Order: sequence, then structure tokens, then C-alpha cells
Amino acid sequence: MCAMTTEDLKQCVGWPGQGVHQVPYRVYTDPEIYVEEQQRIFRGAVWNFIGMESEVPETGDFVTRYAGDTPVVMVRDEEGAINVLVNQCCHRGNLVCTKSKGNEDHLTCVYHNWIYDLKGNLTSVAFRRGINGRGGMPEDFSMEGRGMPRLRVDNYNGLVFASFSDAVPALLDYLGAEMRANLDRVAGRKMKLIGMHHQYMPNNWKLYMENVRDSYHASLLHMFQAAFGINRLTMDGGIKLSGDGWHHISYSMEETDSGADDAYKGKNLHAMDHGFEMADPKLVEKWREFDCGTTLAIQSIYPNFVCQQIYNSLALRLCVPKGPEHCELVWWVLGTEEDTDEQHDIRVTQSNMIGPAGLISMEDGVVGGWVQRATIRDGDSLTMLEMGGRDVEPSENSRATEVSIRGFWNGWRSLMEI
Amino acid sequence: MTPEEAERQIRNLIYDYAHCIDDDRLEEWPDFFTEKCFYQVISRVDHDAGLPAGIITCTSRGMLVDRIVSLRNANIYEPHVYRHLISAVRVRGEENGVWKAQTGYGVIRTMEEGDISVFNTGKYVDEIVFEEGGPKIKSRICVFDSRRVDTLLVIPI
Repeated sequence: MCAMTTEDLKQCVGWPGQGVHQVPYRVYTDPEIYVEEQQRIFRGAVWNFIGMESEVPETGDFVTRYAGDTPVVMVRDEEGAINVLVNQCCHRGNLVCTKSKGNEDHLTCVYHNWIYDLKGNLTSVAFRRGINGRGGMPEDFSMEGRGMPRLRVDNYNGLVFASFSDAVPALLDYLGAEMRANLDRVAGRKMKLIGMHHQYMPNNWKLYMENVRDSYHASLLHMFQAAFGINRLTMDGGIKLSGDGWHHISYSMEETDSGADDAYKGKNLHAMDHGFEMADPKLVEKWREFDCGTTLAIQSIYPNFVCQQIYNSLALRLCVPKGPEHCELVWWVLGTEEDTDEQHDIRVTQSNMIGPAGLISMEDGVVGGWVQRATIRDGDSLTMLEMGGRDVEPSENSRATEVSIRGFWNGWRSLMEI
Repeated sequence: MTPEEAERQIRNLIYDYAHCIDDDRLEEWPDFFTEKCFYQVISRVDHDAGLPAGIITCTSRGMLVDRIVSLRNANIYEPHVYRHLISAVRVRGEENGVWKAQTGYGVIRTMEEGDISVFNTGKYVDEIVFEEGGPKIKSRICVFDSRRVDTLLVIPI
């Protein structure tokens, strides 16, 4: 790893001052900064979301995923424990698991038939003693201590996270009580996978994670939502931030919406182009699922994990970096084991609002790419994040704020030592 | 109507559907379907796994109409057009008035600046009925081969 020194990285980034309300566009395009992020963030003191425990129910079940852009395997071993291994043979670095999922007694690298147990320990080397006494590995070669690199693993309510870091606090503490409460509420029941989406986007991963935290844009860019009154900034709601701003929840309660038309009147917002009559209002049918009355909650866990409730549409999202100027958004669309048939149908119908073809969410797939294209030659110029002030404090009353995005940059600066 | 004539009309329906979308006559697109219908766009891996939520799942012609109203009036995206390449139309026979058909398709997407890419390929799995003399789609599942969708999907497949 030819890592840059922190001093060189600071020079390269050119961060302006001590705040988090201005960000140089270079951080979305520079290949060296991207490499540093992989090391300092994704292989640093964070927990990377890998998948759901329920995706590997049986011994030997595995799925291949990414931690940052490092390919990993999530596999269940004979003791029922879940291991997350770098998907890399210790011999020549070949991918060990080349399928996206499967079940194996052990993991075999097909290149030279080196074999690993389900914990990633090397257990067999083909022709280790050579053939007819010739060739083979040196006498002093030992399989002891060799294997596929194993990450630290922690599991919260069936959500599996992994870390390259020994320094990161336990997952429970990393998430904190407030973030855990929302994960419990949305995804902490017996969850059932009802669909998976993979959306490849022409933008740096951070532009998407900023977008997720950008409560200001929600009812302005996404006109479908506003036109049907699904989410308006005038609804009761706010922003919760974990202490340091690394994680966030933007939430709202629909029933409390009042005086909305007055607030929007005269502001010439294209979001107020009403006049849509739904030919089939089935799409907005819903039930009151949560006693707290929350109808929308978008939560992000640093660096790239999202937990979503939009009405009864529940989903997890992971934004996988794919080089400086691309990323892939993976969606786990969820229901629960307890859903009635009617509730199941409502969730499937509401899933039309999310994902790459989502009537609400599709714009998020394109807007980052537009920023990327517009700023390509202006790395020194600064994006502006001053809605709702310049600080990083929870905003209990308003979502017309960019505070969660500033919180994201708090995390970025801290891990990157910028 | 002879089976040959029914098959001819079904093949024409499948071709006309593609031209309708590629010609940007999207307001006419819902009319290819019966009033109560099923239209789904779903990845091959999810379809094979029996997962119910595709990236689009509509259960009435009204929901198709709403998609187009949203595309025209609400959704934000970069202007682009499709070219559907239709191949290997196979009509698989009729049972209780419902014809089954399977068709290979490829969708080439052309952006306003000129970028051309293979956007989506897969198969249509169709159930077709005859109403008022003409064939209508009762159910169309667009099973796409890649699990990945580039950027966004707003124009129907």
C-alpha cells in the first residue's frame, strides 16, 4: 500500500478551513483521494454493512459482497457463526468464490485447488508434496496461520457488519441508542426479503450518501412525491444525528401536516405543479404500521449504509464505491414474516416508489452524475452546505437544512485526518 | 379465428408494443393491456428466486397510466430514447382463452448527447387474451438478464 502521508493528503484535498459547510469538488473525482478513502474509511475505524444474517441460514451458505470496494464473502460456519472473509486466495490472490451465492462444505480456489474451511483457514494445498517426490512446496512451508483474511464481524438484530479495524468500538456503541432504536423499529422484526435491486450510478459514492442525507431536496427534486402530498417540508419532522454527526435519521409524520399550501404559495416551486389525478390510487394505499406515527424515515449509518421507511416500504441500501466516478446502490427490499397477505401486497405495490425505477427515488440515480459532470474541471471550487446554519446539531423542527450532510463531512474529515 | 390468425395477431401486438415505446407514443402504451393486468420488470435472479417485488410491479392499466403521467409531468431524468430489438417470438398455445408467448428483447438506449448503450436485455413472458376482436396483454413479465440497472429506468420496457 503506497499510502499518502496525511500531510500530502491534506495538500491534495485542499480543505478550506475548519468547517464542514464547504467541500472542494476534487473529492468526488480524484483517484488518489479515492484510494485513501478505501484505506482510511472503509478499512479504517468503521463498520461496513455486509448483508442480512437471513441470507445465509444454513452451514456453508455464502454470499459475495463488498466492504468498500474490497470483495468479501459472508459465510456461515459449522458452529453457526457468520464469517466475513476477503474473497482472495492467499496463494496467488485469485477470487475464491466466483458465484454471488451458494452453499459449500469448504471454500476452494479453482486456480490451483487451495482449500479453505468456512472460517477461512487454509486446510489443503494441491500437490503440496509434489508429484513422485519432485516439486511441491518447500519443506518449511506451513499452512498454519494462512488463510483468507478475516474481518471482525458483529451482528445487530440480523444485520451483519464487518470491520478491518481493531480500534472501532463494538457495533452497539458505534450505532448508539438512538440509531439502534430506529433500526429496531424498521428492520428489527423477523424480516423477509421481497426483492433486491442493483442500481449503477455515474457518480462518486459520496454524492449519493450526501443525497441520502439531504432532506432539503426531497420534496423539491422528487416531484412525484410532492404532487401527491406524500412528503412536504411543512410536515412535522426533523433530523436526528448521532453525537458526532456520523449517522443520521430524517423523519416525518404525515398526519401532522397543516398549513402546507400557505407555506408553498407564491414560492414558485415546481413541486407544487398539482393536478395529478391517480388513475389507480392503489399506489398510495398504506396502513399505520408504527405507533409513533412516523411515515417516513431515512437513516444513514456511516459510511455507506441506509435504512429506509417510506410509508410501508422498508428497505436497506448499501452504496458500494466503484472507482472515483461510479458507485452501485444495492437495495434489500423487505417485508416481515408477520405480514398479512394484504400487507404484503401493499409493500410490493409501494416498492414501485423506490429502486432504479422508483417513482420517488429514480432522480437520485441521475442527479449525482450531473454534479460529477458539471464540476469535472473545477476541483478547487467549493460546494455550499449552509442551509440550516454551518454547525452539526440535530434539527428537531425542520428538515429545510443540510445539517446531516455536514455531519457526513465531520465523519469524513475525522477518518481521513483532514 | 384460426390458431394461425391468432398467432399472427399476437406477433403483431408484440411488435407494435415495441414501436409504440420507441416512437414515444407512451400515452398509448397502457392500451396494449387489459383493464386488470399484470406488468412487471424484474431481474432474472429475483424472478428465478421467486421474489415478488420487481423494480416495477403494476396490477392495473391505471397504474400504467400513472407511470406515464409521472414520466411526463413529475420525474426528472436526462432525455433519452429506446430502440427495442425483438427476437424469437414464440407463441406457446392457448388454454381457457389465454395465449402464452415468450419473446427475447434487447433495449438500446440513446442519450441526448449521443451516448449509446445496451440498456436492458431479457425476455417477455406474456399472457394474451382476445378482447373486442383484438389481442390484449393480460400479463407481461419483463425478466431482464443483468441484475444491474444503469442510472434509472423511467421509460417502460
